[in-house]
Amino acid sequence: MTAIETEAGTLQKGSAVGQSVPRKEDGRLVQGQGVFFDDVKRKDMGYLHFVRSPYAHATIESIDVSAALEMQGVYGTLTGDEVAILTDPFFQIAAPPGGHVKDYALAVGKVRYLGEPVVAVVAETRELARTAAEYVTVEYESLDVLVDARAALAEGAPVLHEECGGNLSYSGVWEWGDVDAVFAEADHVVSIGELHFDRFNSTPLECGGALVEYNRGTGQWTMYTNNQFPGFAAIMMGPAMRVGLDKLRIVTQDIGGGFGNKITSHPQLVVCCLLARKLKRAIQWTEWRTDFHQSMSHGNERWFENTEVAVKADGTLLGFRTKAIDDAGAYLRYEPLGGVIWSQVAAGMYKWRNIRLEFTQAMTNKAPVSPNRGYSRMQQLWFTERVIDIVAQTLDFDPVEIRRLNFVQPEDMPYETPNGCVYDSGDYPRAMDMALELIGASGIETRRAEAASRGKLLGLGIGSTLDSGTNNFGQSQLINPELQFSGNNEVATVKLDIFGEVVVTLGTTPQGQGHETTAAQVVADILHCDVDIVNVRAGHDSYWNSHAGFSGTYASQFAVTGLSAVKGAADMLAGQMVKLASMVFQCPEEAIELADGFARIKDNHEAALPFMALGAIPNANNAGFPDDPPTMNCRYVYRPPFDVPDKERKFGNLTLTYATQIHACVVEIDPETGVTEVVDYAAVDDCGVRINPQIVEGQVMGATAHAIGAALWESFVYDEDGNLLTPNFYDYHVPHALDMPPLKTGAFESPSPFTPLGTKGMGEGGGGGIHCICSGIQDALRAAGGAIVTDSHNPYHRVWEMLSHPERSREKIEVTSR
Amino acid sequence: MSTTSTTRTISVEINGTSYERNVPASLLLVHFLRDDLDLTGTHVGCDTGSCGACTVQLGGEAIKSCCMLAVQADGASITTVEGLASDEGELTPLQQSFHEHHALQCGYCTPGMLMSATALLEKNPRPSEHEVKVALQGNICRCTGYWNIIEAVVAVGEGETR
Repeated sequence: MTAIETEAGTLQKGSAVGQSVPRKEDGRLVQGQGVFFDDVKRKDMGYLHFVRSPYAHATIESIDVSAALEMQGVYGTLTGDEVAILTDPFFQIAAPPGGHVKDYALAVGKVRYLGEPVVAVVAETRELARTAAEYVTVEYESLDVLVDARAALAEGAPVLHEECGGNLSYSGVWEWGDVDAVFAEADHVVSIGELHFDRFNSTPLECGGALVEYNRGTGQWTMYTNNQFPGFAAIMMGPAMRVGLDKLRIVTQDIGGGFGNKITSHPQLVVCCLLARKLKRAIQWTEWRTDFHQSMSHGNERWFENTEVAVKADGTLLGFRTKAIDDAGAYLRYEPLGGVIWSQVAAGMYKWRNIRLEFTQAMTNKAPVSPNRGYSRMQQLWFTERVIDIVAQTLDFDPVEIRRLNFVQPEDMPYETPNGCVYDSGDYPRAMDMALELIGASGIETRRAEAASRGKLLGLGIGSTLDSGTNNFGQSQLINPELQFSGNNEVATVKLDIFGEVVVTLGTTPQGQGHETTAAQVVADILHCDVDIVNVRAGHDSYWNSHAGFSGTYASQFAVTGLSAVKGAADMLAGQMVKLASMVFQCPEEAIELADGFARIKDNHEAALPFMALGAIPNANNAGFPDDPPTMNCRYVYRPPFDVPDKERKFGNLTLTYATQIHACVVEIDPETGVTEVVDYAAVDDCGVRINPQIVEGQVMGATAHAIGAALWESFVYDEDGNLLTPNFYDYHVPHALDMPPLKTGAFESPSPFTPLGTKGMGEGGGGGIHCICSGIQDALRAAGGAIVTDSHNPYHRVWEMLSHPERSREKIEVTSR
Repeated sequence: MSTTSTTRTISVEINGTSYERNVPASLLLVHFLRDDLDLTGTHVGCDTGSCGACTVQLGGEAIKSCCMLAVQADGASITTVEGLASDEGELTPLQQSFHEHHALQCGYCTPGMLMSATALLEKNPRPSEHEVKVALQGNICRCTGYWNIIEAVVAVGEGETR
């Protein structure tokens, strides 16, 4: 089913790094012994259920909780009016006008999307809390609804947040190079009226939730939760709750998938905290699936209007200009960071040097967006890939050759993009060739004819994509110069305990990425011991001294930030072990080596201290040393090398690494129904040094599945009244086992020159599957009217429309040649 | 205002242990397992019976425990994911195969996947790839794309795992 090509040059044979070590996490998870937040219980805890808005836009006229409170077993309620007294609005990332948004943990005075939490009810059981919520009476006065970002920006549109004076949250012009000049010299200008990237998200199988306790003696809350970016949650919650961050203990163990969707749960966590204090009992909140779909973390929907592309006669791409309109939904929970993050990959994988993009973000009566696997870059990469295929079709270039001609080339690496980002390493033509070979592209015309004989339209698609990882948070200053965030960091501790146990503590919040395993691999190689004796603590606890402001698991960075922190701490510990052995043996440190689980004298292996002795001496047997023995407890903070970007030019290095993924697919379309079947699929990944190739391949597979789902089935569809029509797994079809095409994977390694281990973050995958399925559908439709694919989401009815009226898809596409 | 909920006493055998409990009539079997008996390996991933994270074996059949009331399980014999490995922690060949084939990432769907596949293998010890896909079509995984899960189940049938 899979074929992995491995370039072994960077692997250290016989060591743990580079091997597909089976995961340490699996033992507990296959036995149902994982600890997810909903598995944590406390005596007399109260179950929380949210009363949610049935309107997409309405004023709240009155709330009556008395009938619910009278029910036996109901412990209490919380309303927006109480929240507005007890807390301040959440800090806004945006400058004005978005910066004026007043966002509280519950709706205050007004609701702005269907499913918005209005009242929280706490009761003795889950069932009773849900029933009691039905007895809460809320009177609303409905308002006009906006479900289209373009309409939200129009003159006279209803306004969601009156304080903002309109629905604009952020706008900015991003321009590099000499755009007007290249359009003047271009042989062809291709104009594309409108492209649309659809709204969906990765829908982790475990919904949001928490078990929250309040310690009245210390004033501290403990949250057992599945928030995947505790550093961010804490800086949002602390000021709103008017407490210091030491009062907010955030604990995770196992998390049932995240994909970015579990970054912005801070409003619900605030509600749990307030109720734990108010009701003097632990609060248990588990979000229902319908609640998740209605209210949490949709991906950014984006329109690209009036795109123009400057092309030379030989197919060289000189530049483009476009207007991006982004739909943030009703509140700015992580936005408008999407307004800068796209620019990490402004030019995609191509040598475009002249770019103008006017970015505008609007607020609408839909669920708030937040990061979703491939956050904001996926939209931009889809755009660049669509542009390439549309240019190829309209000017009659081969989609493969125009990519090859315009790719940043391996000899250009490290490559500085027009906006100062640095692509660290990679070989895009090689990755594309590998993908095309895996898919059998050379025989595609034979297959096309064979499919035609069965009445099917067959197409070949390519999706070239980058996974930019390890953010420079200084990029936030490009959308709001007042912000005081920059750089990045992650923390690990490695210690040798009293019986010689190696114990590793991470600041990260893994959701299936195998951090316990890969961290152990790195440590084992440095300490020259077996992976099995390295114990990596599961999960995150802000009581541990192993976290910093940016701790968490998001944005394709663990293999860089997390493992570099682990490497730093393990290197320190190895140095301490050598030093202690030299003190014991009274020899120079240079005479000591770590090998086979011992610290020993290099030319006298009989003189060897086991890890147990090294751990016991400083911890429990430390008298008589002339100098302090080393502590055997090492903490390291990894800080990637970043500068604050130039705010005037919007120029600077925004991410440290760029992993490559090139996907290729063969699709067959049934012209009778418009149904697309993916019949062959290949994904090639180059993420630098792979610590554990099997885990890397697993991430590639997962990202592929998400992209296939988004391309064909998954969509958050709203009607004109703001009702979500896909609020559960019946209506929102995620891929099932029977939906999956055969898959071939390929890999090679272009180590990053900028990271301590040569690794790159790679978990998001850049949406390659969306790009390549759009490309494949457009290729298949060439034989049936030549429609142009202008949407990222192409269910059968949209394909059927393109088959029936191909000319409509081309109405807004023009070529001007000279 | 007061509400009275109807309760019933039920007896069930779960993983070889007998339980007798008084439960509300409205209590779902999955919440009985998780909240009343603390058998938290069985998970909840949706509210429409779509995802299969709550799959257990009841009378030898794989069933979704969110689609059944606890009172309906009165008298039944149930196996949950906690009942698969031996008391000494020895994994079943299927659990071992999931581990070896990297058939799990976050592990949230895994108990349901294991219970559906266990029921399949009991009826059909050497399933084809397609038969595995059909048997798992009621179980959603959001991490793996299913490829390694399917491979892991097929491998057990082919005797690749001890």
